[in-house]
Amino acid sequence: MRFRPGTRGLALFAVGALALTACSAGSLGSSDDSGGSSSVEITYLTTNQDQDVKEAEQLAKDFSAKNPGITVKVETRPGGTEGDNIIKTRLSTGDMVDVFNYNTGSLFNAIAPQKNLLSVNDEPWVANLDDNFKKTVTADGQVYGAPVGGFMGGAVLYSIPVYTKLGLKVPKTWAEFMANNAKIKASGGGVAPVIQTYGETWTSQLFVLGDFHNVSAAEPDFADKYTKNQAKYATSPAALKGFEHTQAVHDAGYENKDFASAKLPDGLKMLATGKGAHYPILSGVVANMIATYPDAAKTVGLFALPGDNAATNGLTLWTPGGLYIPKTTTGDKLDAAKKFLAFVASPDGCKSQSEAGAPTGPYAVKGCTLPADVPQAIKDMQPYLDKQGASSLALEFLSPVKGPSLEQITVEVGSGIRKAKDGAARYDEDVKKQAQQLGLAGW
Amino acid sequence: MTITSARVKSRSDATPAASAAGGKVYSPYSFWFYLPTALIYSILFLVPTFASFYYSLTRWSLFESKFIGLDNFVMFFQEPALVKGFTNTLIYAVVTSGSKVVLGLLLAVLLTSRIVGRGYLRSVVFFPVLVSTIGVGLLFQVLMNPERGLINETLSVIGIQGPGWLTDPKWALMSIAAVDVWKGVGLATLIYIAGIVSIPREYMEAARVDGAGSWESFWRIVLPLCKPATVTVIILSLIGGLRSFELIWAMTRGGPGFTSDVISSVIYKQYQAGFYGLSTAGNVILFLLVTAIILPLSWFLNRKEVEM
Repeated sequence: MRFRPGTRGLALFAVGALALTACSAGSLGSSDDSGGSSSVEITYLTTNQDQDVKEAEQLAKDFSAKNPGITVKVETRPGGTEGDNIIKTRLSTGDMVDVFNYNTGSLFNAIAPQKNLLSVNDEPWVANLDDNFKKTVTADGQVYGAPVGGFMGGAVLYSIPVYTKLGLKVPKTWAEFMANNAKIKASGGGVAPVIQTYGETWTSQLFVLGDFHNVSAAEPDFADKYTKNQAKYATSPAALKGFEHTQAVHDAGYENKDFASAKLPDGLKMLATGKGAHYPILSGVVANMIATYPDAAKTVGLFALPGDNAATNGLTLWTPGGLYIPKTTTGDKLDAAKKFLAFVASPDGCKSQSEAGAPTGPYAVKGCTLPADVPQAIKDMQPYLDKQGASSLALEFLSPVKGPSLEQITVEVGSGIRKAKDGAARYDEDVKKQAQQLGLAGW
Repeated sequence: MTITSARVKSRSDATPAASAAGGKVYSPYSFWFYLPTALIYSILFLVPTFASFYYSLTRWSLFESKFIGLDNFVMFFQEPALVKGFTNTLIYAVVTSGSKVVLGLLLAVLLTSRIVGRGYLRSVVFFPVLVSTIGVGLLFQVLMNPERGLINETLSVIGIQGPGWLTDPKWALMSIAAVDVWKGVGLATLIYIAGIVSIPREYMEAARVDGAGSWESFWRIVLPLCKPATVTVIILSLIGGLRSFELIWAMTRGGPGFTSDVISSVIYKQYQAGFYGLSTAGNVILFLLVTAIILPLSWFLNRKEVEM
């Protein structure tokens, strides 16, 4: 058989490419060796959301400026359940980077902190952490994480121009909220009373998850009983409300027309341009919205999800993410990683994060202040935090029990595919698997 | 764990032992010649397969595993999404497989006739097979957007209000199946072209002399003599349909809600949620299901072929 010239070229190319890759791998290794003694490079793994990457890079830059000789390389991973898997796989195979960013609360419990993470209990900065935050990164009495980012509120973002134009008042009860929606719909002009974006399923859960302050106001021991398998969403009248609310906005036709296919950026656009009035979402998205629509810093406000009782209405809070050091980090890199955590959990670290973009809410480090020019939506969180008993942590930080399918269930309930009661019952089934996986008593 | 490794060992030992015992049978290769492949085969295929049978009986967090007997299987069958996923899988497999057979045969008849640019047209039909499935899925997700997608905008020009292809629970699964057929029909056509081309020309000529029209020669000559091609297409596309995942995940992620979930997407979601033991049990079930459907079908179809 004769080689055609084309084939030969291809073979040459393949061999060349192989040789090239071999070369680059080798040179990478050697550069590592030459710079070994005087400088340390640690790798920091964060999620690939725009805002997170910006924040991570700013932190890396400011940290290196303060600690010459240490560089921080930022690596990204997908968020959501896909990211959970990457974290778990890398931890279990001993292939984790030096420092990584991951959730606090129930998801933190699921990565077996005692086994995989390095305790930072004895670091001096731990004393400066907010107690609520500290609880969510503690396992067996040991603290494992430093806070990155601020607290987030699970609340309703609303369009201030729509409210002023129609003379509406910020609602404190669900009835007032629905009355506002009715007025917005009646006024015409194509303004959607409630923005829903089921193209990105996680955004569908806020009526349920963000309602938790109202649940715990009505049933203070819900979280404890829930962990012990004694309270259920379907049978607790207060907890069921979240599902009923999701269904109510659909039944009343208050959702935007493209709710089934719209994604988060579409929702933010509607809100920022006044095409939608209410968007139940996490305040973490505000920075993103303002990066695209600078005016939204003034035209978008925030109120807590309204419940039945105006007097006990309050804000449901998400704690910041955690920075963790896996047990596989050792030697110079471990020292550098510890310094990095100390920097992030210091007022300088907060300042660095505020520079990278609008904060999502107050920081969990004592001595950190929010810059004066925070967006209106974030400012609106402050009164809830200042008032005693007007805010509480979301259920996922008080109980390790959280099912993976809530977002699909709320999409079904909010699209009219399934009724609220049925959806709640289905979610109760869903959490059972999680509780058993964690080996909790009583399941 | 001990059970598995012991099992695997006895298995991999059995092969060389058997070949040594049956040494009288002439083999052109010495035992050592088989060893590398046998090693690779046991490490990459046998061990994981038997390990997965074991892990399907445990509650497994990647960090540790606890033996719980058949609980995973019980829980998997109690899963409400599973019933939906099960029926959806069967519907999806039958619809895509059936459409590929019919369309593939028709296209093959067209593309073996004397038409202009036959070679070009053949490659056009085959082209979608080469494109990345995820790419196709994301592209059609944009095209099928109910408000801004090209498909519904085109329909609205002629006055039809198109449905929410991927967002309406009634349409979602069928829309994905349609895209799957578009993407996969090229392969079916290719197989049929090979089948039709290999039919001896004399049969057609003889039929024409006997006065058979085009319908009769298709029905009585092309169709029966294409049986091997039909069998291949049915089995390949049915297996493909039963284990299809990428396209569904790229287009709807099993949504809206759970309405376009198939078994593989249910399993994948359980992996994502960290229920490793449970999802491994799901994979064992999927394996048994595919075997239970394909083995008898393949036997049945091939038997017919021999009879002919």
